[in-house]
Amino acid sequence: MSDTATTTSAIDDAIAAHAATFAGTVQPKTQDGIPTVRVPRDQAIGFLVAMRDDPQLRFRLLLDVTALDYYGQARDRFDVVYHCYSFESRSRLRVKTSCSERDAVVPSAVPEFPTAGFLEREVFDMFGIRFDGNPDLRRILMPEDYEHHPLRKDFPLEGIEPEKNYRKHGGVMMPRAPGAEPINGARSDTP
Amino acid sequence: MAFEGGEDGFAVTGPLDQLLAWARKNSLWPMPLGLSCCAIEMMSTIGPRFDISRFGAEVARFSPRQSDVMIVAGTLTWKMASVARRIYDQMPNPKYVISMGVCASSGGLYRNYAVVPGVDRLIPVDVYTMGCPPRPDTLLNALLTLQKKIDKGSTHASGNPRPAVVGLGG
Repeated sequence: MSDTATTTSAIDDAIAAHAATFAGTVQPKTQDGIPTVRVPRDQAIGFLVAMRDDPQLRFRLLLDVTALDYYGQARDRFDVVYHCYSFESRSRLRVKTSCSERDAVVPSAVPEFPTAGFLEREVFDMFGIRFDGNPDLRRILMPEDYEHHPLRKDFPLEGIEPEKNYRKHGGVMMPRAPGAEPINGARSDTP
Repeated sequence: MAFEGGEDGFAVTGPLDQLLAWARKNSLWPMPLGLSCCAIEMMSTIGPRFDISRFGAEVARFSPRQSDVMIVAGTLTWKMASVARRIYDQMPNPKYVISMGVCASSGGLYRNYAVVPGVDRLIPVDVYTMGCPPRPDTLLNALLTLQKKIDKGSTHASGNPRPAVVGLGG
């Protein structure tokens, strides 16, 4: 255990050194004190593996995979965020990568981190970001035949009722109240 | 409907539909579709303190094939919607539905992408129940209301649906 980095500055230095080799940039620290690294999309998994296998850092646990939607802003629309934990140094790491709306595909972490399977399915379900290499990329929270991605910023807050579900069950859908405003369809460019 | 006879025994006579309704309303076997916290109140209703068996509905059947009234107790999500509808389809006729609590009745406070805004979008409901969750008394009130409706023939099963909304007072 003596070769494990213990002080915060030593961990930060080791992370910064790795980030440089993966064309990543270390972001300013957030209020929670978690070091954040932004890496290019094709380098994300390689960077995670390097952080896992570094004998000093050993970020072995992939805590969470989630995403952010920057709809309407002059930048790539989606950020995919990975959170890692190191048992040895009891510290956390945040890795961000981004992808555009038109090309919303990110390499899957499943070959290296099997736990990412369900997490990536949730991101796919909620944001419509595809994970290249995930062997079972199905919806996990919404019905399989749902047509939208609810956590996108252009999805209406009150939701969109899945009409396929009604049709499947013999058209018992109740008519909407007279005068009710039409529900806007969420724009979705990904299948 | 009349009771005829004396000390040696008696017979009940009347029109067949009235006799059937009388028999059905007093042996409503519930299909407990417990989806969230309302299910706790439903269990309490079935238990000895509130004792739903006083009204002939104590035989909670976890098979839709053996049940008469589906008690939708809780928040129905779209993911669960197909399952709930299939369970309803599997129940034999005549079948009745009690929508327990505001989530089942209207979606309640969950107005979002995940929750069905009222189970009547998918399943015909005979009695809606107020409360979040409703007290066991309210569920008993709903059951008694359903019995009255079966008597009067104002259910979906009898082709003359007039859904009721009940609270504690009735």
